[in-house]
Amino acid sequence: MSDDIQDLVERLPLLGDAVLVTLLMTVGGALLAVVIAVLLGFGSRTQTLWVRGPSRVVVEFFRGTSLVVQLFWLFYVLPVFGFKMEALAVAIVALGLNYGAYASEVVRGSIASVPQGQWEAATALNMTWFHKVRRVIFPQAWALMIPMLANLLIQLLKGSALAYYITLQDVNFWTVELRRATADTFFSYTAGLIVYFIIAYLLTWGMNILEERAKRRLGRGTRPTLRETFGLKPASNPRLANTAGAPAGGGGA
Amino acid sequence: MTNTSGDVPAIEFRDVDKRFGDNVVLDGLNFSVPQGQRVTLIGPSGSGKTTILRLLMTLEELSGGLILIDGDPYTHEYKGEKWVAVPEKRRRVVRNRVGMVFQQFNLFPNMTVLENIIESPVHVLGKSKADAIADAERLLEKVGMSEKRDFNTNQLSGGQQQRVAIARALAMDPEILLLDEVTSALDPEIVADVLDVLREIAETTDITMLLVTHEMQFAREVSDRVLMFDKGQIVEEADPETMFTNPTHDRTKEFLKAVLGG
Repeated sequence: MSDDIQDLVERLPLLGDAVLVTLLMTVGGALLAVVIAVLLGFGSRTQTLWVRGPSRVVVEFFRGTSLVVQLFWLFYVLPVFGFKMEALAVAIVALGLNYGAYASEVVRGSIASVPQGQWEAATALNMTWFHKVRRVIFPQAWALMIPMLANLLIQLLKGSALAYYITLQDVNFWTVELRRATADTFFSYTAGLIVYFIIAYLLTWGMNILEERAKRRLGRGTRPTLRETFGLKPASNPRLANTAGAPAGGGGA
Repeated sequence: MTNTSGDVPAIEFRDVDKRFGDNVVLDGLNFSVPQGQRVTLIGPSGSGKTTILRLLMTLEELSGGLILIDGDPYTHEYKGEKWVAVPEKRRRVVRNRVGMVFQQFNLFPNMTVLENIIESPVHVLGKSKADAIADAERLLEKVGMSEKRDFNTNQLSGGQQQRVAIARALAMDPEILLLDEVTSALDPEIVADVLDVLREIAETTDITMLLVTHEMQFAREVSDRVLMFDKGQIVEEADPETMFTNPTHDRTKEFLKAVLGG
């Protein structure tokens, strides 16, 4: 066991690189997924058939095929057609498309649950479609979609472990290397579990902060922010002062 | 483009049809509202009153006919013989003259009271933020909501939300204000506050108003003309005094008896 620890300590600098690769894939994939989700989510809602049709097809295709196969296809098959990408880029694109397809359903559902009256009031104030979405509808839908997007983000992180199979030296790769060095399967894979768990935990924590912020903007915040908790001054903004103590009118939990 | 001379009506419906599937709500409706007139639409539910307001706000599409605002084609027009939709870009120019207050207030919960009011004056009308805020503060004063300027909308009671919604609609400086059962979702003791605000607006501005309401006393006070609707048709129209004390049509008599309990 002490040998194992010795090997682990020796490999800690490599862990930094591995975590960086995993984080690059996760964050890059997530950003791409959000863009795709918003485009496809709105695309699936439009009346225009030539937008809605392709949007639905793309969503169903990427939800309906395996992530490993997509990775292999982009990495090994696409170059046959003369289109070659870096392994990291392939991973980001595959993760972005795959999870973007899932997330587009989240976006679509959240947009649909913003009351129709909000669209109508925005029309009565003569906003353009884009203005309505950007300033009225999306900020409200965003608060609804964050918890579900947080789930998908964690799944995306774990899905990124598959990128080891297209030569990326991520946390999964580091775990395998550790096992090779120690010849201790239990020890090395347990170390891998812990590293993934810590990353996932930090991501969850970040998403909770986003969720809290979005809810507060809708006046539904239930907890004080970190800054308020540790700050010396009580909240001075009247919007926050009244919601902090009083039981929020539903939707807070 | 705007024609504001007295003889062009603010609102004109020409042979307007509205169908939802097989359900015919309006069938060849014709009526007009002169500039500055206050018109109340009464009638049983399902008679098409709210549909008229929603068509005027372009929340519903016409099935046939024309709506003219100050004589300008609004949602559809005839090109030769063909009945075609007016492109959104031109609709927006005309829509700027129309404002609406809803039964359910529909304030934007992601904005404060002030932000709700200045959003469109700044981003649609292109006012400077400072001007928009100054106007908003004046309007909040008018509706008695100055202290709530920086509150979140869900910290307000229904009556307060509705007063903010009225200020928000007025901030766009509409020529025509549509009021769709604006007190129906409010507790009875709050209704009076909102009606007071509307009464003051009616007295101090020359905005053309089209209202659907069950507040018959209020309708009587503020309107110049009352239209009684049934099954998408105007069955009777008169000044409020005549309509409420001496209606001629049987359908109106029945309806008023039912709502006034007299």
